[in-house]
Amino acid sequence: MNEPIAQAASAIAQAGGVDPVVASLTVFVLAIFVGYHVVWNVTPALHTPLMAVTNAISGIIVVGAMLQVVDIQGEVITLTSVLGAIAVFIASINIFGGFLVTRRMLEMFKKKER
Amino acid sequence: MQNLYAISYVISAILFILSLRGLSSPVSARRGNVYGMIGMGLAGVTTLFVAQGPVLWLIAIAVVAGALVGAWKAKTVAMTAMPELVAAMHSLVGLAAVLIAVAAIYHTGQSHTQVQKIELFLGAFIGAITFTASIVAWGKLSGRFASKPVRFAGQHVFNLVVFLAMVGFGVAYFVTDSHSAFLMMLVLALLLGVMVIVPIGGADMPVVVSMLNSYSGWAAAGIGFTLDNSVLIIAGACVGSSGAILSYIMCRAMNRSLVSVLLGGFGAAEGTAASGDGAARNYKSGSPEDAAFLMSNAESVVIVPGYGLAVSRAQHALQELTTMLEEHGVKVRYAIHPVAGRMPGHMNVLLAEAEVPYDKVLEMEEINSEFPTTDVVLVIGANDVVNPAAKSDTTSPIYGMPILDAYKARTVLVVKRSMSVGYAGLDNDLFYMDKTMMVFGDAKKVVEEMLHAI
Repeated sequence: MNEPIAQAASAIAQAGGVDPVVASLTVFVLAIFVGYHVVWNVTPALHTPLMAVTNAISGIIVVGAMLQVVDIQGEVITLTSVLGAIAVFIASINIFGGFLVTRRMLEMFKKKER
Repeated sequence: MQNLYAISYVISAILFILSLRGLSSPVSARRGNVYGMIGMGLAGVTTLFVAQGPVLWLIAIAVVAGALVGAWKAKTVAMTAMPELVAAMHSLVGLAAVLIAVAAIYHTGQSHTQVQKIELFLGAFIGAITFTASIVAWGKLSGRFASKPVRFAGQHVFNLVVFLAMVGFGVAYFVTDSHSAFLMMLVLALLLGVMVIVPIGGADMPVVVSMLNSYSGWAAAGIGFTLDNSVLIIAGACVGSSGAILSYIMCRAMNRSLVSVLLGGFGAAEGTAASGDGAARNYKSGSPEDAAFLMSNAESVVIVPGYGLAVSRAQHALQELTTMLEEHGVKVRYAIHPVAGRMPGHMNVLLAEAEVPYDKVLEMEEINSEFPTTDVVLVIGANDVVNPAAKSDTTSPIYGMPILDAYKARTVLVVKRSMSVGYAGLDNDLFYMDKTMMVFGDAKKVVEEMLHAI
């Protein structure tokens, strides 16, 4: 139990007394505000593409998945790395599927600009 | 180097925000989408440097396989099936969050602080609920499961008990570090996901889909907290608030609170309120040819599409009809209610697919003032969103819901399969007005017959 506490303590010390969780929380709250203001400006006609693109953006979870696909103490294939790889696969479906289907929809909205 | 990675993550986050910002107009949207792709690529590459000892070949295989599946699905999906696709993708985000949390729990090379445990718990349970709830939503939307609400006595109490048990196991994991407690917590969260969606009926799906969109964002943000990863937190928060706003807009368009939607249907007790005194009411019905005659002689026509349009895939036929009417000098426009269809913006995408110019597709606020000067309104596969009872009948369950003022037009044509009631289980006074003519049949067939008649 002592080691993680020591780690946390040193992290707090590094961040100048601000707990990294508080720093993350700050980022989180500000991002909600940004998202709120940006999304209110989305035209209702594009709400379906909005959902598709937010699906793709949720695929950013691939970052978390990739961080699990690591060599753990010399072991390449572990429960962690395999679960992580499956998560990478799933998140990639979302990323590619989401962005490409959004592009396909937006092309439809383009054709009639002539 | 750590600072460089952090900066690179911030750049990706900004690109994501710009991609959402682009959607404020169809013109800037495509550029926005490209920003999003660049942001994702940058975040992915940065992560390869951040990870300690990444197994590159395994990651590469997983990404390529995912890319192939995703690209294939994006290319082949029919526009009418977009709601299902979106629901399926929400479930994938949820599943990914669950897998990552489990992977982190079983990571033998690291231990977790108390705070990280709470974050893991939050990310995992939101992910698990999103996963199963989205699967149920997907099943209902694609017609694989009955879209009828499932209710039973003590449902809410049952859900509450499951929820408390889930939290209990979460606490047990927190205190004892027991993996099995964590897994039990996950199982209960998966069950809860199913339970929250089964009581919700088909036409409330726009709210459900938006809400799950929001959850998938929160799940990503939760995992971001665990891993202390800024881009995950920012992207997750933006997606989360986007889904929340869409849910709010959908609820407002139905004049209902999110709580009442989540508790299911139009209140189980009310049943089919106000279904009339049972006496048969008189209505006029006509043939597609009669309707075509009326429209081709009108000066202005407004088309009100609803879910029935999507079901019968009539959008292309409708576009041909529009073109033909315009050749006869008729001014044709479309009026879209915010909750028409099964997801936000569903009708707009269908009409865009059929190459209806988007400046002819108007939102409720834009067109409502013009109905009194419109000659003919053609209602296709819509019902509750044009029910005047929402304005006049204070006893109606949908009283107060904003509607398209189709009843104010000089003539109303309603294409419908039968006189059956809509989702809310209500009779629609619009159908019995003197100026209304019902045209019975499948939307696509009827529109095609109209085409021949003009």
